[in-house]
Order: sequence, then C-alpha cells, then structure tokens
Amino acid sequence: MPYGTILDGTRWSFPDLKTLLAKASPARSGDELAGIAAESAIERVAAQLALADLPLKTCLDEVVIPYEADEVTRLIVDSHDAAAFAPIAHLTIGEFREFLLDPATSAVDLSGLAPGLTPEMAAAVSKLCRVQDLIAVAAKTHVTTRFRNTIGLPSRLSTRLQPNHPTDESRGIAASLLDGILHGAGDAVVGVNPATDRLEDYIRIVTLLDDIRLKLDAPTQSCCLGHVTTAIEAINRGAPVDLVFQSIAGSEKANRGFGVDLKLLDEACQAGLSLQRGSIGDNVMYFETGQGSALSADAHFGVDQQTMEARAYAVARHYRPLIVNTVVGFIGPEYLFNGKEIIRAGLEDHFCGKLLGLPMGCDVCYTNHAEADQDDMDVLLTVLSAAGVTFVIVVPGADDVMLNYQSLAYHDVAYVRRTLNRPAAPEFEAWLQRVGLARTGLDPALSAAVRDTAAVAPALRYLEGLLA
Amino acid sequence: MTGDNSDLPPAPIRAGDGLAGLKRFTPARIGLGRPGAALPTGDALKFGRDHARARDAVHVPLDFDALEAELAKAELDAPGLASIRVHSAARDRTEYLRRPDLGRRLSPDSRAQLQSTDASADIVLVAADGLSSRAVADNGPPLVARLVPLLRERGHSLGPIVLVAQGRVAIGDEIGEVLGARLVVMLIGERPGLSAADSLGAYLTFAPHVGCSDSMRNCISNIRAAGLSVADAATEIGALADAALAHQLTGVTLNRALTAARQIGGS
Repeated sequence: MPYGTILDGTRWSFPDLKTLLAKASPARSGDELAGIAAESAIERVAAQLALADLPLKTCLDEVVIPYEADEVTRLIVDSHDAAAFAPIAHLTIGEFREFLLDPATSAVDLSGLAPGLTPEMAAAVSKLCRVQDLIAVAAKTHVTTRFRNTIGLPSRLSTRLQPNHPTDESRGIAASLLDGILHGAGDAVVGVNPATDRLEDYIRIVTLLDDIRLKLDAPTQSCCLGHVTTAIEAINRGAPVDLVFQSIAGSEKANRGFGVDLKLLDEACQAGLSLQRGSIGDNVMYFETGQGSALSADAHFGVDQQTMEARAYAVARHYRPLIVNTVVGFIGPEYLFNGKEIIRAGLEDHFCGKLLGLPMGCDVCYTNHAEADQDDMDVLLTVLSAAGVTFVIVVPGADDVMLNYQSLAYHDVAYVRRTLNRPAAPEFEAWLQRVGLARTGLDPALSAAVRDTAAVAPALRYLEGLLA
Repeated sequence: MTGDNSDLPPAPIRAGDGLAGLKRFTPARIGLGRPGAALPTGDALKFGRDHARARDAVHVPLDFDALEAELAKAELDAPGLASIRVHSAARDRTEYLRRPDLGRRLSPDSRAQLQSTDASADIVLVAADGLSSRAVADNGPPLVARLVPLLRERGHSLGPIVLVAQGRVAIGDEIGEVLGARLVVMLIGERPGLSAADSLGAYLTFAPHVGCSDSMRNCISNIRAAGLSVADAATEIGALADAALAHQLTGVTLNRALTAARQIGGS
C-alpha cells in the first residue's frame, strides 16, 4: 500500500512500509550502499512526515519481510501481545513519540508495553526522534536480569570485561582479566572472543575463566563467545558454561549466515539452562548484534539497516537474555561512516532494545578506516550513560589486540562512575569493597590496590600454577 | 559526588607495578597507571601515535611511481617483468571507503587497457593499496623480488604485475579474468590495527572471474617485518600456488584436499 505526503507543493509517494522506513531514516552510509536511502534531504523529511501520520498498527498490518519467507517475521507476528498493545493501538507513530516522551508515561508503563511492540514500531518511532529523545525515553526504561548478580538496576552501569588475546593464550587472557578486575570491571560478564572456534579451546577458555572467578570469589559470570554449536558440545562434555553466546541478525537468511536458526537457538538456550549455574537468576543467553550485518550477508530484503537491527532484538528477547549488545562501530565505514553516524546508531540501538524489553548494552567502538576517534567514543559513552545503558564493553587501553579495533578502556568506566555517578551491579560493588578494590562503589581500583595486588592474590597464585 | 575528590588517590598512579610481571604474556595494554580516572599522559599520547599511524596507512595515497621504481630494482633478480597501472571504479578514497563494491571492479578505462594487453600466463601478480598504502610500499617490492624467481623456478609462467589504485581483494578476479590467468595472486594492504599498520595480505584465487566468493580463496596474512617475514611468506605463497595449479582449485576445497593428503601421507 502506497504512502505519501505533499511538501512544498511536491507530492512524495512511497510504495510500501519498508521503503517509507528506509527513506525516513537519518542518513547513514549503509542505506546508501544498499541504494535505499532518501535521495535528498527534503525526501527524507517528506518520508518522516508521512511516517509520523501513519497509524502504529500499520506495522502489524504490513510486514517488511513476508511471513511465509522468514521465520523472524513469523516470530514477530506470532508472539505479538495484542493486550499489551491495546493502550497505544489508537496512536499514530508521531503521537507514539509524544506518548513516550510524556512524563506521565512511566517505567512501569513502558515495561508493560514491551510485549505489544514490534521491532518495526520501535524502529519507526526512533526515526522521528532526535538524539535527546532517544536518551530521554531510554532513560525511563528499566530492564533487570539476573545470573549471579543483578544487571540493569536504575542509575547503575555494568561492564563486560573483554580480555582477548591474539592466540587465546591462557596466561595472556588471565593477565588482561586481572588488569580489568583491578579497575573494577567485569560485572556484566567476563567474555573472551576466541581466535578459533575449536571445541578444545572453547572448553579451555571457559574453564580458565571459571577457575579465576572461583579464586576471586567474584559474583559475576563468564562466557566464551564461540558459536552456539560449540557451546552445546562443550556443555555436553561437562564444561563450566555460564552464558551461551551467539551473534544474531534480523532475518532468517542473515541468521543462516551466522550458522543459526531459531530451532538451534532454542536448543542452545535449553542446554545453558540445563546446567543451572546461575545463583540468583536463570538468564543464560548473551547476544551481539549490529546495524549492517543483514546487508553484509545480502539478507536485508530492501529493509533499512536500523529496522533490520531492531528485528534482531525480537529474536533476542525470545530467549530472555542476561545481556545483549550492539557492536555499533565494528562493521566499518561502508555501514556507519563516521563518529556522527556511529553515535546516533548506538543510541538508536539502545533505545529500540530497551523499548522491546532487552537488557541492552553497547560495544562503543570503531575501526581505523572509519572517520572516528576516541573523542567520538567519549561522547557515545557519555550519552549512552545518560540514557541508562545496561553495560558497555571494556578492554585494556581501548585496544583489542585480537579483533584489531578500538573499544573502551577499563579507565573509561572509572570516568563514568565518578563523573555521572554510576556504580556497578550491587553484588559486584559490594564485592569490590569487601576485597579492597574500591573504597566506594564509585571509586574502584584505588592506587593502593593497583600497587598491591592483594585483592587478586588468589588469582595470581593460580596463574603461577599455570606458569609452572 | 561530581567534583568531590575525597576518594581520589593521594597521588597520580604512575605504574601498575603489581601487573608488571604479567605484561610479558600479552601485547595488550595492561598495567597502565590511572591519574584520576584517566590514562597517564604518556600512554594517552602513545595511543594517539598508534592511531595516527593507522589513519595515515589508510589515507596517505600509495606512491605508485616509487613502487614501480622499487619493483624495477627488484627486476635485477627477475628481468623482463612489466608492470601495468590500473584504477578501480572508486574514484577517490572517500568513495572507496563508502562503496566496497566499486573497489572490487576496474574502471572502464582500466578494463579496456587490460583487454588490449596480450598477457596470457599461469599466474598474474596484482598489488593493490587496499586499506594500508604503507603495507604495500614497505613489503610489496621485497616480497615480489623473492616471489618472482621462486615461481619461475617452479616452472610457472608469469604475466605482468598489475598495480591497482583504490583496490579491494576481489578486483583481482576481474584482472585475472581479463588477462586469462589460471591463478591470480593478490597482494593487498590489510586493515591497519593499532599495533600493526603495515600488514600485507596475500590472496590466491584459481580460475579468477568476477563473482568469486571469499571461500574460493586462500589467504596468507600479517606479512610484515614484525610478523610473517617476506621470505617465509614467499615460500608459503609458492607452495600454495603449486598446490592450486596442481589441484586446479583454491579456497576451502583446496584446504580440504591438502588436509586429506596430509592424513593419507601421515597414516
């Protein structure tokens, strides 16, 4: 069904919802690469005007990828909660933006709404939002999950400690891990991206991470970010798998590019749950996503990259994950060209994830061929923290020596804790204070702790065992 | 809490002494000090230096005149090898970064130029700037100087060396197809990281043609002074080229064939 508007005497027409969404998207290189972006600034505004007047329920009536052709569409349609949607069923997309911004709309309201929202609704309204809208609405949403600690409580910020090593060497991983602990990082997860997808390496890495956690007696969880099939096999062999990880995207075809489908994810989630390793909760899944992944797999079906990204969140929420993050600047400048595009995309992803009920975090990052630098990362970290981001990823000195890109440094979270008053998860915060790594929750890794590693001495002794 | 410095350490942290002993286990930037919440000035500037090197590798254009001159010197060992300069369909670096598809195809002029070149051979060597001009400038000529005699000794005929501006890996497919090569060996600057901005990659594709997938290639990566040496890289490329021409394939299927051969040989 065509949509249109008249602007300055010109009649603009858009043949279907996916075209309208693409043309209404704030400019980014990936949609231009796909040939679906607005061709002028005025066409973009015309599309936004038409989109604002569209009833929200249009997103239910017209799917962007056919139901018969795509299991992600079927998941979105079949799991839609009409009762949860009822309070906003009468709104246009423009009115929905104002509803979200209304101070009378509370965190409780937004939580109740989440099952009634589809990814396309979240993406559509985000296209009418300025950066401050994306921050203000997200800051009102609260999504709390649990495994060995409580992630996502208001005014807190958790971190994934990412101690990667170019060849997965155990001592190298352990060295970066302990450095991160000394900076108070690692309450969302201690998660390693393996250099290989070999089962024996996966088992060695999760065993290493679990051993160190036990030596430290730290209330957190670990993960090796291998493929779900590797995780399932490791679980079958008795490996200590806390979180089961998978990269996912917004279409069945794109997920097949990652070697997964919903059935396999079901199986992986069940395998993770079967171990019952969470002490205070059973959110066992960890997902990563990122705008442009569907396009790069030629699996976007003419849908803009931000809408495709939101569709990945429909996949994620089906499995009640502990944490989800967009790897926003990793994919390269052909999808998000510069700091401005990366910053906006990071906020959009966080906004859509939170609206859809996800414990949404972000890998605040960039590659060396993007027009971005550490200043852009400081801005994105600061605005995401204002928006209440669930967690961010941190690596030693902002330099990931395995994946060859720049993320945040362990230091950067200390900056947020102090400047914006964002302590870690409460159980982890209490542990940091108990072992002497922080005097207050806002000041992890005091000088004394860095000079005298007594707090991590049990782990260092374990490490000496590895060296022997 | 903002502005309240009562919790700050009494003096800036200068070194992570407790982790000093662990630095030998990883190239990661561990054990950095922390004045307040920030990096020490020296470490912040070191990071800036490394990022600047990487940015320059991406953005400083490859000096093709100097590259040709270096290759000409290399010809002392390998006489008679001509080089041809071509350009991808990406007009400049900005378009190259935004449109990977254009970097994978020849400009119409360059395609016509190659079509009028009579150069049928077993192997065509291609060198492209890719994402690091420095990688090609530093490592390209010495690698070619080793590789050319090595490939000739093994009885393979060589076409001209094609030098590509604004090229991506897959432009080698079109070049190889137009020149009628059995195998194309693409040498290309890899995406620079903070620790290495001069890394060269080598991609071998048998029966190159427009539309080859990445799974149809074999790759040797991290060719640089502090990584895989040009001597070792030339040996590896030579062995892979022999195998590719003998099995008449490259990529994952060649890997499987070689693995199977090793298993039979070892049993």
